[in-house]
Amino acid sequence: MSMTITEKILAKAAGEKTVSPGQLINANIDVIMCHDVTTPPAVSMLEARGIDKVFDREKIVVTPDHFQPAKDIKSAELHKRLDDWAVRHKIKHYYKIGRAGVCHALLPEQGHIRPGEVIIGGDSHTCTYGAFAAFSTGVGSTDLAAAIATGQMWFRIPESIKFVLNGSLSKGVYSKDVILAVIARIGVDGALYKAMEFTGATLKEMSMEARMTITNMAIEAGAKSGIIGFDETTKKYLDEHLKEKIDYTIYESAPDAKYAAVEEFDCSKLEPMVALPHLPSGGVAISDCAGKQMNQCYIGSCTNGRIEDLRIAAKILKGKSVAIRTLIIPATPEIWKQAKDEGLFDIFYEAGCVIAAPTCGACLGGFMGILAAGEKCVSTTNRNFVGRMGSPKSEVYLASPATAAASAITGKLTDCRKYL
Amino acid sequence: MAKAHVYKRDHINTDEIIPARYLNTDDRAELASHCMEDLDADFIKKAKPGDIIVAGFDFGCGSSREHAVWSIQGAKISAVIAQSFARIFYRNCINCGFYPIELADAVNLINDGDELEIDYANGVINNKTQNKKIEFKPLPDFAIEIINDGGLLEHISKKQKV
Repeated sequence: MSMTITEKILAKAAGEKTVSPGQLINANIDVIMCHDVTTPPAVSMLEARGIDKVFDREKIVVTPDHFQPAKDIKSAELHKRLDDWAVRHKIKHYYKIGRAGVCHALLPEQGHIRPGEVIIGGDSHTCTYGAFAAFSTGVGSTDLAAAIATGQMWFRIPESIKFVLNGSLSKGVYSKDVILAVIARIGVDGALYKAMEFTGATLKEMSMEARMTITNMAIEAGAKSGIIGFDETTKKYLDEHLKEKIDYTIYESAPDAKYAAVEEFDCSKLEPMVALPHLPSGGVAISDCAGKQMNQCYIGSCTNGRIEDLRIAAKILKGKSVAIRTLIIPATPEIWKQAKDEGLFDIFYEAGCVIAAPTCGACLGGFMGILAAGEKCVSTTNRNFVGRMGSPKSEVYLASPATAAASAITGKLTDCRKYL
Repeated sequence: MAKAHVYKRDHINTDEIIPARYLNTDDRAELASHCMEDLDADFIKKAKPGDIIVAGFDFGCGSSREHAVWSIQGAKISAVIAQSFARIFYRNCINCGFYPIELADAVNLINDGDELEIDYANGVINNKTQNKKIEFKPLPDFAIEIINDGGLLEHISKKQKV
């Protein structure tokens, strides 16, 4: 029984005593996440084949987020299809506009993510939920449709790579900088088809919010999933957020579990990082890119749109004015309210920022901050592919909320430590 | 005649294959009209039904949008040959009944404009222009079964009927 945490969770979900990498299994799914871009096509596929059913209306969580509030007529049609379906099947956890938010921030916050469970979602960043010692992966619309109807999905058991994160982060360095450094080292296909298992002392000092930034970007290294073991910090977050189903099973990797590779990082030496265009693996230290002129700053998304991120940005922007257009997009309505109640909105307003409603917005080039040809944006999001936030001739520079906020003040890529 | 469109690039991502500005629809014909737009705006004008895309490592990385596969299928591209595929895109291809061909050194074995013929059963690409037969490793049997059934949902329906 020398399995990794990922193997143990998948073995349980498949009803097997043991599994090993390469093995094909059929797993029972505990939670399915549905949003406005990939779910409507999945529903249409089921309808077209006369199998318009849901396996369990209580295990599906629905929130429009990518193009919400509807950005155009076609998006409104997608939302209508999503709404018709969710209402028709009496989906229990359906977050309508007003309570809808960026899915990967919303589901943990609303208590839908539990350790030891298998979660899939029609979105590549579904790997975020692995921060809670769960197996979680993104799928396309057909897999989503099959899982909605049957509650099951086939998987090939992935090999795991262990990432040992050592040392305390220095001032101005955050979990975003850590994951950008990891991806810079292994590349955007460095963990292709594999599970990234993160461990080490650096994580122990991170909040759940910070840990989610790390697992969120596992897909940017090509991984099937990212996972972090359970500890007191996980327990505290779950105690505060789980509502209905509060029981869960804790799995951990056996001491002699097998890994395809082990990568060690001395995080105490890290500087704030920026991933240069056009790959998330383009990470360099801020000292190697500071001074580059930007046109926009974007603070939000499933990677860095949580309350902790907004607090860090506000701390830096307090009493300052932004030199470039700066968008603040709290990821969920609760985060939005919390930021308002804590007075962060006043700070952002005084600094000259735009504060938007929760949405994926311009992170994927939807709306709410699209870039023109030749423009450059420093962004707390997860991808800087060609055309990701607008024109194929624009550029995206990925960074932490602190680096983004500091860069907003000067209008150039800036070392946030000057303002801390 | 299936002509190869060779892109000597790794990490061609789903944002390049079908930019998110078109994700407000799942209409195959409309998606097809923007296929590969942010990589090569002329692709859709050049590509004829049956043509083949050839690329380097990690083709289809990024988003889970199956729209990327739909746009390629909608454009009537008959195959994608890449040195490796990103995981979700690879799975989406199989689920849509579209065979992803993994071929080491693909971008050097095949030149832009080469005429290709694919023998899926035996795992052979016949490069007619270069008069060369290139072997590729066929997909595992379970994946071929899904593709032969026309995709995952057809596969599941068939199994349930049996």
